[in-house]
Amino acid sequence: MSEPFLELVDISKSYPGVVALDHVSLEVSPGEVIALIGENGAGKSTLMRVLGGVVEPSGGVIRVDGAARSSLTVADAIKAGIAFVHQELNLFDNLDVAGNVFIGREPVHGGPLRLIDRKRMYADLAPLLDRLGCDFAADAPLAELSLAQRQLVEIMKALSLDARLVIMDEPTSSLTLTETDRLMRIVAGLKAHGVSIIFITHRLNEVMQCADRAVVLCDGRVVGALTRAELSPAAMIRLMIGRDLKSLYVRPAAPPGDSVLQIVDAVTDTYPERAVSLSVRRGEILGLAGLVGSGRTELARAVFGIDRLRGGAIRLDGEPIRIASPRAAIEQGIYLVPEDRKGAGLLLDVSIAENISLPDLASYTRFWLVDTARENENAMRQRERLKIRTPDVETTVGSLSGGNQQKVVLAKWLSMRPKVLIFDEPTRGVDVGAKQEIYDMLRRLTDAGVAILMISSDMEEVIGVSDRIAVMHEGAISGFLDRSRFSEHNVLQLAVGHTIEAEGP
Amino acid sequence: MSKKDVSLLVLILVVGTVVALINPRFLFVGNLSNTANQVGLFGIFSIAEAVVIIIGGIELSVGSVIALLGVLFIDLIVNHDVNWLAAIAMIVAAGLVIGLVHGTLVTRMRIQPFVVTLCGLLIYRGAARYYTEDATAGFGFGASFPMLEWLAAGRTNVLGFPLPHSVVALAVVAVIAWVMLHRSVFGRYLYAVGKNEEAARYSGIRSNRVIISAYVICGGLTAFSAILIAMYTRSISPAVHGSFYELYAIAAAVLGGCSLRGGEGSIIGVVLGTVLLQMLQNLVNLLGIPSSLNFAVMGTVILAGVLGDQYLVQRRHRASVAKVREQTSVAAAPLERMKVE
Repeated sequence: MSEPFLELVDISKSYPGVVALDHVSLEVSPGEVIALIGENGAGKSTLMRVLGGVVEPSGGVIRVDGAARSSLTVADAIKAGIAFVHQELNLFDNLDVAGNVFIGREPVHGGPLRLIDRKRMYADLAPLLDRLGCDFAADAPLAELSLAQRQLVEIMKALSLDARLVIMDEPTSSLTLTETDRLMRIVAGLKAHGVSIIFITHRLNEVMQCADRAVVLCDGRVVGALTRAELSPAAMIRLMIGRDLKSLYVRPAAPPGDSVLQIVDAVTDTYPERAVSLSVRRGEILGLAGLVGSGRTELARAVFGIDRLRGGAIRLDGEPIRIASPRAAIEQGIYLVPEDRKGAGLLLDVSIAENISLPDLASYTRFWLVDTARENENAMRQRERLKIRTPDVETTVGSLSGGNQQKVVLAKWLSMRPKVLIFDEPTRGVDVGAKQEIYDMLRRLTDAGVAILMISSDMEEVIGVSDRIAVMHEGAISGFLDRSRFSEHNVLQLAVGHTIEAEGP
Repeated sequence: MSKKDVSLLVLILVVGTVVALINPRFLFVGNLSNTANQVGLFGIFSIAEAVVIIIGGIELSVGSVIALLGVLFIDLIVNHDVNWLAAIAMIVAAGLVIGLVHGTLVTRMRIQPFVVTLCGLLIYRGAARYYTEDATAGFGFGASFPMLEWLAAGRTNVLGFPLPHSVVALAVVAVIAWVMLHRSVFGRYLYAVGKNEEAARYSGIRSNRVIISAYVICGGLTAFSAILIAMYTRSISPAVHGSFYELYAIAAAVLGGCSLRGGEGSIIGVVLGTVLLQMLQNLVNLLGIPSSLNFAVMGTVILAGVLGDQYLVQRRHRASVAKVREQTSVAAAPLERMKVE
C-alpha cells in the first residue's frame, strides 16, 4: 500500500463540559476503504467535521501531503480532495442532476453575460454517469430521483471535484438491499480508481463486505483498529463497548404496578410495514434504546398526538383512547419532553414563568385573565423543586444553560398531573450535574406512581437509569431486556437487528 | 410601556415640537381635532392588522374590505331601508365571515397568508366596483340618519376640544384589545403561536384555532372601521376608497414594534405608530411639502425608525450576550473542578 496522503495526529476537540475528541489519530492512504464505527455520540461526526473544515480542532495536527497545519477551512478541505456524501443530502430539489453536480462551478459562456453553458455541463457529466452506471439522465430533475439516485448525484459531485477521499456518513441507512449492493459495487469501483473512502455505518455486515480496515471510536477516543483479517462482528461490538459504566441506578421504592400506557401494534409513517407494541407500567422507567433513525422519536410523536398513527391502538389504564392532538394527550395526562428542546419544547425569548404555565394556562386565571402572581408563585416552587439555576423566574429561557432549559420543560409538566411522561433524549446537551438532578427527578416521579418512557441514545443513561429496556430496530421492537440482562453488548446486538439468546417477553 | 413604546413616544413628541415650531397652526384646535379623527379611523384597522401580524400572518385585503363593506353598508341603509343598527350587525358579521374564510384557507388549506389575502385584496375591490357599477355610492338628497351620523362621525366638546367620536371608538377598541392581548389567556396563545407554532402545539395549544380566531377578529374590526370611515367620507368611489389602507396598517404595526415574523408587538405601540403616521401626513400639508411626496416621507421615516431600532436591539443583544458569558464562565468553574478530581 502506498504512502498516506492524509494524516490526523492527536486531534482533540472539546466543548464546554464535553470532550468530543480525545487525541484521535487516523491516516488515510490512496485507495483504501476505512470503516469508522462507534455508538451514537462516540465522536464520529465531529471527526468528520474536522476533516471537512467545519469544526476547528482544539489540538493536534492535520497533515495533507506532508504539509502540517492545525486546522482546515472548507476551501482547504475541497482543495485537498476531501468530499462528503452527507446523511441528509445537500442537494437542490429545484435543479437537474448536472445543475447539482456543478453547483457554484457552472461552466459559462457568453462573455460578460456569464450564461450557463448547459451543453458543456451535460457533456462533462456524461463520463461520470457512465462510470457509476447511473440509470438516469444528466438533465433529469432532482425532484424525480429516488434517495439512492440522489446519493449517486452526491458521489458524482465529489468525483467531479477530483476527490481523493470520499466520506460517506451512514450512506445505507435509508437504502433497500439492492440499492445497498449497488453502492457496495460503486465503493469497490472508486477504490479501484485509487479513491479512498471513509465509511461511517452502524451495519456491521457492510463493514465486513467492503472495508479494508475498521477504526472504532468510543467516547471520543480511538479504542481499537481492526485489519481486514481481524474483522468480525463480535470483535467490533467488543471494541465499541469497551468501558465500564458507572452505576447510576437507584432502585424504585416499590415493584412496578399495572400497565399504564399500552401501545398495541402502532404503525408510524416512517416504517409503514412495521408495528410496535410495548407497555409501560406504573412506577417504572422503561428505556427505549436503538440507533438514530430506528423510529423511536416517530413513535413518541404519534403517542403524543403530533402525528397520526397509521394503525394500532393506545390504551391508558387498560381503556382504549384516541389521541388526535397534543391537547388530547395532555388532557389524558400523557406528556412529552421532546428531543428538539429549542424548537418544540420552549419559547426561547419568553420568561421561565410563562413557559411553565403555557400548557395549563387556564388554571392560572381569574375572570379569563392570567394571574401573573400565581403564575410566578408556581414557577418559584418549580425552581426550588428542580433546582433551576436562575436569578429570577422572569428571565428569558433562552439565556439559560441546556440543563436548566430542560428543567423548565420538565417543570411545565410537573406543574400538572402526569400519568405518563415520555422523554426523548432527556439529557442531550445537558451538563453532568444537571443530568444527575434530572435522573433523581425521574426516580422520584416513578415512586410517586408516574410511568416513564425514556428514549435515549446514551448507553450509560439507558443502562444506568432504566428499570427495563426495550430496543427498537428499523421500526419494530427487536427485544426487551430485564435488569438482570442489561449489558451494552445485549443492547447493541438488538439495536443492530441481531437477536440475543433466550429472548425475553 | 416597553422601551420600544417609550422611544416611539419620544419620537412623536420631537416631531410634534419641530412641526409646531415651524408652523404653529399644527397646534390649532381644528387641526389637532382633524388629525385625531384620522388617528381614530386608521387606528382601529391598524390594531386589526396587528393581531394578524402577531400570530405571524399578514392581511393585505384591509383596504378592499373597507371599500366593499362601506359600499354595502351605505347601500343597505340608503337604498334598502334597513335599520342602521341591523345594518351595522350585518356588516360586522360579513367582516367576521371574511376573516373566517381567510383563516381557514391559511390553516386548513395551507396557503400562505400573503397569497390568500392578496387574492382577497383583488376580489373584494373588484366586487365593490361591480356592485356599484363603478359609480360613487353616497347619501342622496334628504337621506339623513342624524343619530348614526352623530355617533359615528360627530364630535363632542370636551373642555373646549371637539373630540371626534372615532377617537372614542379607538380608545374603547384599544383598551379591549390591550386586555385581550396582554392580559388574557387567549392573548398569551396568540403570542405563543406567533413566536413558535411548533412549541405552542407541543404545549397543547390548538394553534390552527388560534390562527383562525386572529383572522376573524381582524375581519370584524376592519368591518367596524369600514362603517366609521364610510360615515366620515359620506361618499365612496369604490375604485379608490380605502386603497393602500392595508399598507398604512402594516406600517403602523411595524412602527409599533410588531415583527413580520410574528410573536411581537404591543397595542400601545400600534396606536402610537398610527399617531406618528397621521402626524407625518399632517406635517406634509403644514410644512408646504408637495403632497406628491407624502408616501416618500412616510417611507423614509419608517425605514429610519426600523434601522434605529435594529441598532438598539443589536446593542442590547451584544450587552446581554456578554453578561451571559460572564455568568456561564462562573457557572462552569465547579464543573471543571469536578473533572480534575
